[in-house]
Amino acid sequence: MNEYILYPGCSMEGSAKAYNDSLMAIKDTLGIGLHEVEDWNCCGATEYLSINLIPAYSLIARNLAIASKQANSTRTVVAPCSACYLNLSKADYYMDERPTLGQKVNEALAAGGLHYEPGSLEIRHLLEVLVYDVGLDTIKSKVVRPLTGLRVAPYLGCMVPRPDYYNRWSDHEHPTELDEVLKALGAEVIDFPLKTTCCGGHMTQIGPETAYELIRRLVSSADNYQADIMTTVCPMCQMNLDAYQAETNRHFGTHYQMPIVFFTQLMGLAFGMDAKELGFGLEVVSAKKALERIGVELPETQAPKKKVEGLPMPQRRLKKTATPQQEVEA
Amino acid sequence: MPDSNALKQGAGLRQQEDLTLLHEVSVATAGVSRLEMCIQCGSCGGSCPSAADMDHTPRMLFAMLRAGIRDDVLRSNTPWICVSCYHCVVRCPQNVHIADVMYTLKGMAIKAKQYKDSTAPDFSKSFVDMVESFGRSFELGLATRHYLTHYPLRLPGMAGMGLGMLTKKRMHLVPSRIKDMEQLTAILDKAKTLELTE
Repeated sequence: MNEYILYPGCSMEGSAKAYNDSLMAIKDTLGIGLHEVEDWNCCGATEYLSINLIPAYSLIARNLAIASKQANSTRTVVAPCSACYLNLSKADYYMDERPTLGQKVNEALAAGGLHYEPGSLEIRHLLEVLVYDVGLDTIKSKVVRPLTGLRVAPYLGCMVPRPDYYNRWSDHEHPTELDEVLKALGAEVIDFPLKTTCCGGHMTQIGPETAYELIRRLVSSADNYQADIMTTVCPMCQMNLDAYQAETNRHFGTHYQMPIVFFTQLMGLAFGMDAKELGFGLEVVSAKKALERIGVELPETQAPKKKVEGLPMPQRRLKKTATPQQEVEA
Repeated sequence: MPDSNALKQGAGLRQQEDLTLLHEVSVATAGVSRLEMCIQCGSCGGSCPSAADMDHTPRMLFAMLRAGIRDDVLRSNTPWICVSCYHCVVRCPQNVHIADVMYTLKGMAIKAKQYKDSTAPDFSKSFVDMVESFGRSFELGLATRHYLTHYPLRLPGMAGMGLGMLTKKRMHLVPSRIKDMEQLTAILDKAKTLELTE
C-alpha cells in the first residue's frame, strides 16, 4: 500500500465532484492510501498571484507547511487538480530558487505559527503517481470490463505537463502518460494533437469570446477524430469543455455533443464499478451514448428537454469560421 | 574605431539604456525571472493560443519594458489575455518565466489603476475576497457576483447552466469555510505588509 498526503482543492468539493467520487472509488483497488491535508485552504488558482505576490505565496505555503507536519510515512503530496498541482509546485520551487521569497513567505507563515522548508515535500500530480508508482501493469491487471471499442480523446490541458519544474513528464507538449493508462484500460485511444492546448482557463469568466474559440478548437478536433468521449485530468478543463459547450455551440452555430469525463471515472468503469458511484450523470453533456458503446447503461439524469414554444427561431449566425488550415495550426 | 556612443546617437538611440522598469518588473516577479535574458526571438508570441486578442505579443511587451515605456506596458491588455498555458515558458530558449512576469504586470497595473477593461481585475479581486473570507473558493458566489457586475444581460442565459450545476450538486448554495480562519487571516495580514523588493 502506497501512502500519500492528498491536497484535494476546492473544485473536488464542487464542480469536480465526479473526479472526487471516482478517485475515492478506485483508490483501494489501486492500493493507494490518501490522507487529506488537515484544514487545507484554497491554492489561489491563477487569480491571487496577480493581486498581491507575498500573500498569494503565503496562501499556498500554508498548505505545504501543514502537509510537512503531517509527513510521517510519506513526504509526497498528491494533487488531482492541475492548478493546485502547479501552484503547490511553484511555491515549493520558487521559495528555493529565490531565497528572499522563501524568507518573506516564512515570515508571514510565522504569524500563524507555521514554517515551510522548500524541498521538504515532493509534490506530484495524481496521473503521474498512478502511472509511475502504481504502474501500468497493476492498472491492467485490475481491468475486468475492458473499454474495447470506445474511442477516447486524451486531454491533459496545460498546467500538468507545463512548466514541469521537476521534469517528471515524458514531454511538455505531447506527453503519453494518459494515453498509456487508457490503452491499459482497453480503450481505443486517438492520437489527439491538441492534448495539451488550453481550454480557456478563467477566460470563460473574463473574456468569454476568447474562451469559446479555444473550446471550439478542442471539441471540434476531438469530433473530427470521431472520438466518442474526451477524458481529462483537470477540473477546470472539464468544467470549461462540459458546462460551456452549449454556449460555445450557440456562439458559433455548431452542434457538438462531446462528453468529457475524468480519467478516474473511466478507470472505475474498466474496474467493473457502478457508473453512478463513479459520478457519471453529473456531466452536462451526457456520456450516456458513449457508455452504451461498451454496454454500460446510464440512467437518464438530464432534465427533460423543454417543449419548443412559439415559432421556430432561426439559428444564430456563425460569427467566425475556421478554415481547416487554422484547425491544424490550432 | 568610431566612438560607439556617437554611433548610437547617430542611429537615434539613447546613450545609456534606462533599465529601471525592466529591473523593477524582474525583481517583483517570484523566482528568478530571467527577464533580462530575453533575446527577442518571438517564440513566445508564436506559441501563444490567445495572441490574436492581445494588444502586444509577449515579445513586443518585453521590448517595451526594456525601452521603459511604462504607461503603455501597464495599459496593455496582454497580461490579462494570457491564459497561463505555459507553452511560451517551455519553448523559451532563455527560460524566461514569462507567465510569472505577466502576473507581476497585472499586479502593477492594478496598483497603478491602469487597465482599459475592469472585467479581469474585478474577477481576480472577487476571487481573492472569497478566499480571504472563507479560505476556500466559492464557485456560485463568485460566478453570480461576477456576472451581475459585468454581464447582467447574459445572466438569464447562464442561469440554466448554473441551475443545472446546482441540481447536479456540482455547485453549492453556501460556501464551505476552513476551521482555522484566524490563522489564515493572521498569515495573510502579515504577508500584506511584505514585498519582494530585492
